[in-house]
Amino acid sequence: MAVHGINLNIEKGELIAVMGESGSGKSTLLSILGALNTPTSGRYTVGEKDVYGLSQEKRADFRREFLGFVFQSFHLVSYLTVKENVMLPLAPAAMKGKEKGRLAEEALARVGLEGKANRLPNQVSGGEQERVAIARAIVNRPPILLADEPTGNLDSKTSREIMELLKQLNNGGMTIVMVTHNPENARVAHRVLHLKDGRIQSLLDADKSG
Amino acid sequence: MTLKDIAFRNLRRRKTKAAFVFVGLLVGVASVVAFITLIEALTHDINTKLEQFGANILIVPKTENLSLNYGGLAIGGVLYEMQEIQQKELRKIRTIKNSANVAAVGPMVLGPIEVKGKKVLLAGMDFGEVPMLRPWWIPHGQFPNKEQILAGAEAARVLGLSVGNIVENNGHALQVSGILERTGSQDDQILFASLTTAQSLLGKEGRISMAEVAALCHGCPIEDMVEQISAILPGARVMAIKQVVKGRMEALDQFRRVAYVLSGVVAFVGALVVLVTMMGSVRERTSEIGVFRAIGFRKSHVMRIILLEAGLISAAAGFSGYLLGLGLTKAALPFFSDSQGISIPLDPVLAGGAFGLALLLGLAASIYPAFLAARLDPQEALRAL
Repeated sequence: MAVHGINLNIEKGELIAVMGESGSGKSTLLSILGALNTPTSGRYTVGEKDVYGLSQEKRADFRREFLGFVFQSFHLVSYLTVKENVMLPLAPAAMKGKEKGRLAEEALARVGLEGKANRLPNQVSGGEQERVAIARAIVNRPPILLADEPTGNLDSKTSREIMELLKQLNNGGMTIVMVTHNPENARVAHRVLHLKDGRIQSLLDADKSG
Repeated sequence: MTLKDIAFRNLRRRKTKAAFVFVGLLVGVASVVAFITLIEALTHDINTKLEQFGANILIVPKTENLSLNYGGLAIGGVLYEMQEIQQKELRKIRTIKNSANVAAVGPMVLGPIEVKGKKVLLAGMDFGEVPMLRPWWIPHGQFPNKEQILAGAEAARVLGLSVGNIVENNGHALQVSGILERTGSQDDQILFASLTTAQSLLGKEGRISMAEVAALCHGCPIEDMVEQISAILPGARVMAIKQVVKGRMEALDQFRRVAYVLSGVVAFVGALVVLVTMMGSVRERTSEIGVFRAIGFRKSHVMRIILLEAGLISAAAGFSGYLLGLGLTKAALPFFSDSQGISIPLDPVLAGGAFGLALLLGLAASIYPAFLAARLDPQEALRAL
């Protein structure tokens, strides 16, 4: 679904929830913010950086340095252990293995998975897989986290835990843009963006969003 | 965690696909190695035989007469006067341009003598050159001195000679010093004496009937040597004994050409197997590659992962293919040569070549799949955001 006339300014440290019906353009917007989908017109800047003015390779570097992704269906690499999955964004970096390991352990500790580092993704629960995905997204300490339905496949208890985790990350200064269908999740956001037919329907503070 | 670790882990996880690529390359490399080592071993075998062949240039007097001898069978009734070459002329052979290739020159005088009432051919020769000119001779007894003779196996049987017997001829008493083991050649029917003894017995002092030249033949220019000897001995006919070897070498050359074409075809099929398998692997990993790209892997990082995987398999296939190729050659050699114990040396150049070929095939066939993988649009690949 295409999006049109989106004019959006997200402040550093904000947590934005993007809501809307299926096909409203939520995922398209998130992919544009994720430097994955070149818009046909318009500009997307992060700080002073014109993201789509960068070459494809520089854009890949931008994603690695500035963005963390939490995918709806986790997209963990099945043949890598939990810790290796978390270290994945660091693989191209010219950094010592020990340092990579330390960062991965730190990220796993933040999501509460210290004891499961050596398990394969299929040996942990759905909620834990989501936590692994979050740990992977934050391992290189990006300033921005993009999450697509982070609780879409989880039960309500685990969903609450994940939302609590995202809130903690946000409190730590991380800017978060989260696509969700769940109004409960949207309540933790500072602002809620409603999309309809690819256009902004409303952009309200969470407490006014209803 | 590095790109190499990702490649290595993926290979461990997708063992069947990795094995398929490995086998494709293994068969290709092993075939090429087997063909090359087989050809090299057979060529070496022929060259060795050629060097063991003894004399490979024959010098006989020039004559206008035609031979009435076919397959060792002499047609009686017509006799030609035997012509000779002056022995001292042979010294000139050491002065030809390719004299360094001359291993031995064996003058020989031939003539009939009568022993126990039977005519027999006596050959006078320089026994110092025998190990070079007739390496296949196995004498029971010793080579003769000036007062002795050596008997061919058939001559000894017909004349009833054994080692130690005395042979009388024109008042000369010669002792049988040895009897040759049967050779299957004309040598079986001849008595041999030293050159001077035979020349004296036959009344041909200073003259010889023919000469044999052993040239160090591994790569030596036999034709050139024949021309050079002909030039210095105008009264002699110089011939290269090489028809058999030449025919064998021609057959080997044809085999070499066929083997190279087959090697090329097998290697090409191996590369196709790699290409198809790697394409399938990339397609299977679309979403995984999408994740890599989305989290910030450059195109070059993705290409490096795919090429590292291909490189690891290729290296293993190159090493194993070389060893398998040697094994195949060892198994195939008995079907191509009667020689026992032909050695197949461990050739570091061929080993390096096999390794290089495997890498070249594996990487070349993986470049396109790697390029496709790197080109994957992460958004398209994921379809999740």
